Amino acid sequence: MNLPVIQVANLTKVYKETVAVAGVSFEVRRGETVALLGGNGAGKTTTLCMMLGLLIPTSGTIAILGEDMLRHRYRVLPRMNFSSPYMDLPQRLTVRQNLTVYAKLYGIPALPARLEQLGADLDIAGFMDRPYGQLSAGQKTRVSLAKAFLNEPELLLMDEPTASLDPDMADYVRNYLRAYQQRTGATMFFASHNMVEVERLCSDVILLRAGKVVDQGSPRTLLGRYGRRTMEEVFIDVARRREGAEEPEPLAGAVS
Amino acid sequence: MLPNPGFSPRRIWAMLLRYLYLLRSSWPRIVEMVYWPTVQLMLWGFMTEFLRHQTDWVARAGGVLITGVLMWDVLYRGQLGVSLMFFEEMYARNLGNLLVSPLRSYELAISLVLMSLIRTLISFGGTSILAILLYQFSIYSMGFPLVTFYMNLLLMGWAVGLLVVAMVLRYGMGAEGLAWVVIFAVQPFTGIYYPITVLPPWIQTVSWFLPSTHVFEGMRIILFKGEFRTDLLVNALLLNAVYMVVAVVVFLAAFRAARVRGLLLQSGE
Repeated sequence: MNLPVIQVANLTKVYKETVAVAGVSFEVRRGETVALLGGNGAGKTTTLCMMLGLLIPTSGTIAILGEDMLRHRYRVLPRMNFSSPYMDLPQRLTVRQNLTVYAKLYGIPALPARLEQLGADLDIAGFMDRPYGQLSAGQKTRVSLAKAFLNEPELLLMDEPTASLDPDMADYVRNYLRAYQQRTGATMFFASHNMVEVERLCSDVILLRAGKVVDQGSPRTLLGRYGRRTMEEVFIDVARRREGAEEPEPLAGAVS
Repeated sequence: MLPNPGFSPRRIWAMLLRYLYLLRSSWPRIVEMVYWPTVQLMLWGFMTEFLRHQTDWVARAGGVLITGVLMWDVLYRGQLGVSLMFFEEMYARNLGNLLVSPLRSYELAISLVLMSLIRTLISFGGTSILAILLYQFSIYSMGFPLVTFYMNLLLMGWAVGLLVVAMVLRYGMGAEGLAWVVIFAVQPFTGIYYPITVLPPWIQTVSWFLPSTHVFEGMRIILFKGEFRTDLLVNALLLNAVYMVVAVVVFLAAFRAARVRGLLLQSGE
C-alpha cells in the first residue's frame, strides 16, 4: 500500500493579523513529484518552512514519513533534505569543506566516494576546492543541490530547484532529479515559478492563492480544466482570479 | 518506529570542523583573537612597571594587574566566542540549512561553547606566554586554582554569550553590537583590577552576585596571601550553575520563539 509521505491537514499560520496560510490540506504519496504553485505572497515558502520545522504553525498538523513533524522532526530530518537558492552555505569554506561538514551532520559513510559521485553527477567536481563565495549563482545552486542529495533523501523539498541555472544546466538538473527519483523511488516536493519545470517533472500540482489551496491535479488535468495550453496560462488564471469570482480576468491568447 | 537519533558527538564535531575550516581560511579572524589581549597586556604590564615603584599594593603582588587583564580576557573571549560563532551562521545565511539538518539546537549550543573554549585557549595561551617574555610574570605559578578560575570565567562568558545570541534571535542582527560591549557592563563592579571593597556598599552587594567577582577576589587572595579560598570557588560555581541554567532556558526559548515568529531565516536588521 502506497502510504502518504506527506500529510498536511488544516495547516494555518497567522502573524498577528496577517493570515499567511489558511487551512491548507494535501497529501503526497511515495514516488510522486509535486509542485506548490502560487503568486508572490501566496504562502508557498511559509508552507515549505512549516513542513521543514523552521516555522511552527498556528494550527494544523504535518506528518512526514509517518512522523508528526511538530513533535518528532529529528526522527525524520536525517531521511529528508532541502535545497533553496535563498539559503547559502558558508562563503569562505570550499565546496568540499562545506559538503564534508554536512556529510558529517547527516552521518554519511564513505564520504570521499560520495563526494566524487556527486561531483560528477552535478558537474561540480571542477570547483570542489574553490571557496563557495567565489562561485557563480548557477554553480551555487548546483552545490546546494549536492548538499541536498548527500544523504540520498527519501523526501526532497526544494524551493526553485533550477533558479539561476542556464537552460542547458537547468535541463541537466531536471534530468538528474528524474533519474534520481526513478533510481530511489524518492518523493519530491517543490515550490517553483518555472512552469516548464512543473510540466516536465510533476505528477501533481497544488495551486495556492492567498494562503489557500484553490486547485490541485496533474498538469494534464489542470490544463484541461482551465482550457489552457500551458501551465503558465493556468498559473496566471489562478493568480488573477479574485476571491469568490467564477471566472478569471481575461488572458490574452487563451484557448476558449 | 524509527530510533531517535538523540545526542550526537559526530554532529558536534561536524560543527567544530566547520568553525576550524573558517578560522584556517581567514587570518584576520586569527589575529583578532590575540590582537586586543596583547594590546591590553602591554598597557597593564607597563602600568604595573610604573605602579610598582609608586604603591606598596602593586609592589607586594607585581602580577596582580597582569593576572586581572589575562583573566578578564577569558571572560570576554568566552562570551564573544559563543556569540561570534553564532553570528557567522547568520552572516553566511547558513542557519536555515543547519536547522533542517539533524543538528539539534542544544548540539549547536555545545559546539559554540566548545569553539569558544578553543578560541580562549589560543588567546590566553598566546598572551600568557607574552607576559612571561615581556614582564617575567607567569600566571601558571598559581597552579591548580588557575584552572578553576579559568573554567568559572569561561562558564560565565558562555552564559552571557548564549543570552546575547538569544537577544539576536529575538531582535535580529540589529542587536549584534551588544555582543561586543554587553560584558563590559560588569567590568567596573567585578573587581578585576581593584578589590570590590572600594565600591559603595550597595554596589558590593550586587557585585557578589557576579561569579566573576568571586574569581577575581580569590585570585587576589592567592597573589597577596598565597591562600586558595575554596568558599569563593564554590560560590562562583553555584552562581555559574544558576547563570547557565537561565542562559540555556532563555536560548532554547528564543529558538522556539524564532520558529513561531519566522525569524530563523531572517538575518537582516
